[in-house]
Amino acid sequence: MSAEAFLQIRNVVKEFDGVRAVDNVSIDIAKGEVFALLGSSGCGKTTLLRMLAGFETPTSGSITLEGQDLAGLPPYARPMNMMFQSYALFPHLSVADNIAFGLKRDGLPAAEIAARVDAMLKLVQLGSFAKRKPHQLSGGQQQRVALARSLAKKPHLLLLDEPLGALDKKLREETQIELANIIEEVGVTCVMVTPTQEEAMTMASRIAVMSQGRFLQVGAPAEIYETPASRFVADFIGNVNLMDGTLVEDEAGHVVVDCGDVKHWVGHGITGTLGMAVTVALRPEKIRVGAEPPASEPGGPGEPFNRARGTVKDMAYFGSFTVYHLQLTSGRILKISQSNTERQGAGLTWGDTAWASWSPLAQVVLTQ
Amino acid sequence: MMRKARRWLAGRAAVIGIPYAWLVVFFLLPFLVVARISVSEMETTTIKEIVAWKDGAIAFHLNFSNYLLLVQDDLYLSTYLASLKYAAVTTLLCLAIGYPFAYFMARARRSLQPALLMLVMLPFWTSFLLRVYAWKALLTEQGLAANAIEAIGLDHALAALGLIPGPGQLMNTPFSLVLGMTYTYLPFMILPLYSNLAKMDLRLLEAASDLGATAWTAFWKITVPLSRAGIVAGAMLVFIPCVGEYVIPELLGGPQTQMIGRTLWDEFFSNNDWPMACAVAVTMVLLVIVPVAVFSRYQAEVQERRA
Repeated sequence: MSAEAFLQIRNVVKEFDGVRAVDNVSIDIAKGEVFALLGSSGCGKTTLLRMLAGFETPTSGSITLEGQDLAGLPPYARPMNMMFQSYALFPHLSVADNIAFGLKRDGLPAAEIAARVDAMLKLVQLGSFAKRKPHQLSGGQQQRVALARSLAKKPHLLLLDEPLGALDKKLREETQIELANIIEEVGVTCVMVTPTQEEAMTMASRIAVMSQGRFLQVGAPAEIYETPASRFVADFIGNVNLMDGTLVEDEAGHVVVDCGDVKHWVGHGITGTLGMAVTVALRPEKIRVGAEPPASEPGGPGEPFNRARGTVKDMAYFGSFTVYHLQLTSGRILKISQSNTERQGAGLTWGDTAWASWSPLAQVVLTQ
Repeated sequence: MMRKARRWLAGRAAVIGIPYAWLVVFFLLPFLVVARISVSEMETTTIKEIVAWKDGAIAFHLNFSNYLLLVQDDLYLSTYLASLKYAAVTTLLCLAIGYPFAYFMARARRSLQPALLMLVMLPFWTSFLLRVYAWKALLTEQGLAANAIEAIGLDHALAALGLIPGPGQLMNTPFSLVLGMTYTYLPFMILPLYSNLAKMDLRLLEAASDLGATAWTAFWKITVPLSRAGIVAGAMLVFIPCVGEYVIPELLGGPQTQMIGRTLWDEFFSNNDWPMACAVAVTMVLLVIVPVAVFSRYQAEVQERRA
C-alpha cells in the first residue's frame, strides 16, 4: 500500500438487500490520472462511482481523497463533481446559470462567478449559447454544458458517468477526442464509468475491468488488450479466438499448447505445469490469411505449429479491413481480420480453401 | 381518395366542433342573455326590450346605470374585494398545506402512492353539502373541533388576529369561512401539484447536491421552480371557484364575510332586481376570466418551451 495515494479505495463493499453490488474493491489512483471503470451493466461500476460522489454509503471499507476520509461527508461537501449520465442539466436555468449553480452555492462574489462562467464557456466553445435553455441545445452541446458545469468549481476529482452514452455513434467519436483533450487541458484527476471499451481506451490512462462487483484486471489500455489476465477480460475487450488445450511443452523461452486441430508455439514462458488445461487467446488482427500455405517462421517454429487450413465460410468487407470466418476441418471457426493493404486484398472469396498463420508472439496463454 | 380525405376532415371538424358547440350553447348564449339583461330596465315585472322599432327608426336603449352603481356603491366594491381577499387567503393556505402534502406523496414508495391518492379523493365520496354542514356541528360551541381549538388556546390567538370576535366564538366568522373553503378546495390544489412533482427527475436533485446545494437549497432552487406549472394550476383551480363561492359563506360565514355570491343571490331573490344581479354576474365572470387568460397564456408558453 503506497503511503499517500491521491485517491485510496480500501476494501469497499456495497450490499443491496444482501446482494453484493461492489465486492471488496481496493485501488489507488494517482493525481492526474484518468481512470476508467469498464464493465457491462450491473457489474457494480456505477455503484462504485456513486459511492465516490457520496450518493451511496459503503457497507464497509473506506474511501480517502488527499488523505481525508470521505465517510460521513454528504455529496455537497465533497471536493469533487460529477458529470451525470444524460447530463441532468437544470431545465429551467440557462446554460450560464447551470454552470454558475455550483459557484453560487459557494457564495463567490458575482464578478468572480461571471468570469469563471465565461472561462468555462470558452473552454467548451459555447460562448454564444450562454443565454439558451438546455432544451434549445443539441445533444453534443448539452454534453459540453454538463462538462463545463462539473468543471466550474475546479473539483479535485471529476466523476464521469457514461459521458458519451447519450450521443449517437458518429458524434460520439468526435466528442470522445474533444472530451479527452479538455480533461487533459484542465489536468483534473478523473474517474469514469463506461460500458464501451473504445471510450475507455481512448480516454483513460488506466482501466479496471469489472464483473460482478470485482476488479478482474487493472492496467493501461494496451496492457488490458494485449495481455489479458483471464478468459473474461480477453473476451470482454475486443474480438478474440479462444482455444482450449493442454500444455505439452514448457520451456523458459517458449511453450507449446495442443488444442487438437491447432498446435500453438508461444514465444513466452508461463507459470504452469505440463499437462495442465489452458486457453490460448488469439486476436483476429494478429492472424494472416492467404491461399498459399505460409512459409515457416524465420528462426521460429515451423510446421505444424501456428497455422491452420480451412474454408472461407463467411467474409465481411469493411473497406479498410476484411473479416473472414475460416472453418477448420474440425468445425472450429477462426475469426480473422485482415488489413486491406492492397486493393485486391487477400483475393479470397466464399468457399475458398485458405491458410491461416500467426507469429509466436501473437498469442496469450490464459491459465484462468 | 378524395372522398376519404373529405370524410376525415368532416370527422375532425365534428370532434373539434362538439366542445365548441357545447360552449356556445351552454356558456356563450346564456352569458349574452345575462349581459343583455344587465343593460335593460325593469318594468315592474317584465324586462324592457333594448331594441325598439318606432316610426321607421331603430332605437337602442342601453342602460348602464347598474354598472355605474357597481362602481359607486361601496357595498358591491367591498363584497368584490372581500371575495378576492378570501379566495386569495384560501389559495395561499391550500398551497401551504397542499405543497408538503403533494411533495411527500410524490416521494412516497411507489406501491403506496395509489392508496395515498385515494385518500385525497375520499372526501368526494360524500356530498359536499354534508361535509360543510359537518363543520357547522364541529365548530359550534361544545363541538369537537371547537373544544380542541379552545383546549390548546388557539381561539385566543385567532381573536387577537381579529379572525373571530372573541374566544369561544368560532362559527360564522372569517375563520370558519376560510377553514371551510380551505378544507373543501384542498384536493384541487394537491392533485395538480402531485402529478407535477411525481414526474420530476430526481437526478436533478442529485446534481444540485453534487454541486454543493444542501437539501433545503435544492428544494428552493430546483424543486419549487420546476413545479411552477403545478402551483399555478392548483392556485387557479382553488382561486376561481372560491371567488364565486356561495354555499360555504352562506353556511359557515357571518355578517362580516359578505361575498359576491351572496350579493348575487340577494339581488336575484330578495330584491328581484334582475338587471342589477346580471351586472354583478357579468362583472364576476370578467374578474375570473382575467386570471384564467393569464394562466392559459402561461401554459401555452410552457408548452412552446417544451416543444
